[in-house]
Amino acid sequence: MPQFAILIYADESLHAVDAAEADLEEHDQHANDLSVSGTMSLAFALTPRADAVSIRRDSTDAEPFVKADQFVAGFYVIEAPDLDAAVAIARLNPATRTRTGGVEVRPVHSGGITANDD
Amino acid sequence: MVTEPATEVQTAIALASAAETARITATLIRVTGDWSLAEDCVQDAFARALVDWPVRGIPKNSGAWLTTVAKNRAIDRMRSAASEKRAVRELATLTKLEGLPEGPGANPAVDDDRLRLIYTCCHPALPLEARVALTLRTVAGLTTGEIARAFLVSEATMSKRLVRARAKIRNAGIPYRVPPPELISERTAGILSVLYLMFNEGYSATGDSALIREPLVQEAMRLARLLIALLDDSPQQTEALGLLALMLFHHARRETRTDAAGDLVTLEEQDRGSWDEASIAEANALLAAAEQLGISRRSRPGSYCVQAAIAACHMVAPDAGSTDFAKVAALYELLGQIAPSPVIELNRAVAVAMSQGPEAGLALIDRLERERSLDGYYLLPAAKADLLRRLGRKTEAHRGYRRARELAPSEVERRYLSKRLAETAPASQTDQTTSPRTGAEEKK
Repeated sequence: MPQFAILIYADESLHAVDAAEADLEEHDQHANDLSVSGTMSLAFALTPRADAVSIRRDSTDAEPFVKADQFVAGFYVIEAPDLDAAVAIARLNPATRTRTGGVEVRPVHSGGITANDD
Repeated sequence: MVTEPATEVQTAIALASAAETARITATLIRVTGDWSLAEDCVQDAFARALVDWPVRGIPKNSGAWLTTVAKNRAIDRMRSAASEKRAVRELATLTKLEGLPEGPGANPAVDDDRLRLIYTCCHPALPLEARVALTLRTVAGLTTGEIARAFLVSEATMSKRLVRARAKIRNAGIPYRVPPPELISERTAGILSVLYLMFNEGYSATGDSALIREPLVQEAMRLARLLIALLDDSPQQTEALGLLALMLFHHARRETRTDAAGDLVTLEEQDRGSWDEASIAEANALLAAAEQLGISRRSRPGSYCVQAAIAACHMVAPDAGSTDFAKVAALYELLGQIAPSPVIELNRAVAVAMSQGPEAGLALIDRLERERSLDGYYLLPAAKADLLRRLGRKTEAHRGYRRARELAPSEVERRYLSKRLAETAPASQTDQTTSPRTGAEEKK
């Protein structure tokens, strides 16, 4: 079945290293729903913007790569029969109910977790 | 050997193209899953007809003839692809292709195929301009060159746009199907907006480009008819009827929109005797059918039906003065509830001014001005100036027209506003001030 990456855009990531569990509840519940349903094959929550490092040819900056009000706060990969189904699943993400945030659906070309010898 | 007159063959091919392209292409796409292959094979079939029919005669069932040729072409191409790649998938497709029925016949699956094609061409994951182009290419069967000319771009540009759109359908997992019930209303609205955009692209063209862009108007109306037929018995049909009625109302007064010099003629001043009565009658019948459907389904009217109802108020009035403006104002209010927009509110203000007097309309326009959401929109100062003129406040009206002319998007509108400026100019002086920008535009 085709895979789709869903990038979560938000003003800030709730997933600070020392975040309280209560603040993460809504997102974690959604992630849990997706894994239980067997739709999600991979998921990562990323830390706040202050932790981001952007690297260009002549510079290394302590900020997200794109200067915008929203940045990628996390991403996950789902399996869905087609784009309509993927969009319907993506729409369930709590970020789509915020005023400024949302998600972006990107069809996956290839990839996965690489083999690890440890 | 039969020799058919060239014009008869051309007519037959044009008719077959209009009637059969979508059906044959849609079926081939469903079976092969390959958009370019399907379009190429259908085009090849018409190319064969162009050579074959003058010599052997026009086949009795041209649809069946074209289907067979296109299908055989697809089989040939799939066969050579299969032998090159030794691919199982191509072989499976071949079996399905060989089992296809020949002609149109009574096959409900064919209607499903065409609907599937329209929904896919108008999928919201495609850029809007690609949706329009793909619908014209694949559903309407226009050539890439014809579409490029209608959109005033080069054939290479249009070809790239189409290639990218087909690639996205394949790569992004855009499904080839009629959407499920929970999406059907939203997606049908999407198709209607593609058709209305297509219509307006052609309809809003004036001067030399009007003739070149006329096919867009014709195709949009033809596709709306096709959609209405395909959506028979569906609740989605109501808005499609409303859209076609709206297009026909516009189309009925196409000849009266500009005068011999190419200047804009407002609705009030248009020669109503030159409006196309057949189009108006058909539009009225469509609108009545839509309203009847809406009543029987107890559904709230959609925005195209309301817009068509507004157009109907203007089109059925024997002269501008006898237009039922109270009804127009009420309909604009309804439209604003369906899709709130300051432009709709401006139109309502004008209708209110016509039915209750300029002061009432002016109050609504003043409120819009304070909200500032129409800043820079030339029709706001123009509408206000019209009301001020009717109240005899000439100096203020003159100022409004001048502001409107500064903001007007095209030469046709600027010329119209210049006339109004002259009419409201103080008796002692005529309007000599031409803004530098307007001057520059006029020299072009």
